[in-house]
Amino acid sequence: MDVTAGTTQALAPPIDHVGSVPPVAGARRTISVVPVRGLPIVAVVLVGLVVSIAGNWLWALDFFHVVGGGLWTAIDLFVGLVVGPIIGRMSIPARMEFSSRFMPKMVLLMPTLVTMTLGSGFQLARHLGNLSSAYPNHAWIVASFVVVGVMAVIALGLLEPANIAVLFEMRKPQPNGEVIGRLMKRFIYTAGITGLMQVATLVIMTRLASA
Amino acid sequence: MSADSHALLGATDRPAERLPPVTELAIATLALVVAGGVYMAAHIPGRVPLGPAVGLAAAALAVLVVNVAMLSRVSDFAWPTFTRVAGWTLLAYLVIAGMLEYVFVYDHTPGRVLALLSGMLAVFAVNVPLVLGFTVARYQTPASATHEAVGT
Repeated sequence: MDVTAGTTQALAPPIDHVGSVPPVAGARRTISVVPVRGLPIVAVVLVGLVVSIAGNWLWALDFFHVVGGGLWTAIDLFVGLVVGPIIGRMSIPARMEFSSRFMPKMVLLMPTLVTMTLGSGFQLARHLGNLSSAYPNHAWIVASFVVVGVMAVIALGLLEPANIAVLFEMRKPQPNGEVIGRLMKRFIYTAGITGLMQVATLVIMTRLASA
Repeated sequence: MSADSHALLGATDRPAERLPPVTELAIATLALVVAGGVYMAAHIPGRVPLGPAVGLAAAALAVLVVNVAMLSRVSDFAWPTFTRVAGWTLLAYLVIAGMLEYVFVYDHTPGRVLALLSGMLAVFAVNVPLVLGFTVARYQTPASATHEAVGT
């Protein structure tokens, strides 16, 4: 992503009758689609994951899976069921102001958490023999694959594109409030669905952990 | 007039060319790849009956090819934005697909299964940038409109 920043209104003005937001001189703030300062942290996490897999370090794999999965599940639940409905009740200028600060963080955070959770989880299951069809709870493992698969389709096909498109719209000199409102609505609904699906993940994982 | 075309009108102040259902087809591709991946992961490390997985991968590839072909026929589109977004996304998803490939190779996944998984990863790594680039670019001003504005 071009990380050269665009700009938007720091305090967004009201939307005019056609849904576009008039620019206000002197009140513009830089927007970066990808927060560059976070990239070294992502690199450290990914290198740590590769080293843990290569070294067959069970503790490290467990750490990556529990920490990554816990954060992924909690953030999805919180954004989908708490933050999403709050954003949905905001005015479009307020949504824009919030999104311009919130969404770039999500662009970096969520793919990193998903990669570290799934990579370490698959290796952990392989080491513990949970992938084998002889494992008594193999059906629960497959159920977790299905839940993650459905969430991946929703997140990659609908949620993330809406997230990026909103950021690009806000970088325009005159953002279209109607486009932003529609994309934000898509983001809020899909975040809600993935949030609800994370409840299924919690049920499956606690079931497996207590087996 | 649809809501989407109205949004495009608002962005460019002129009628927009009707866009193909890129998002819908990309979601279908993703669903087929994910279904194939789940099917194979459910059998690994045992023997994987490859027939259904090959069918799903072939269907995913076919939908992706149709999708790319339909989009490439659109002339009135913000191609520079699409290329920029899809290019950077492709780089990011090559890293993610590379991580998964590394895990499969590290686990000594058998040759034919590995080849099929690699093919699915390749479809995945192309499909996600396609839908991301399209979703961003459809709301941007097409290059032709910029030239018209400069010309007038």
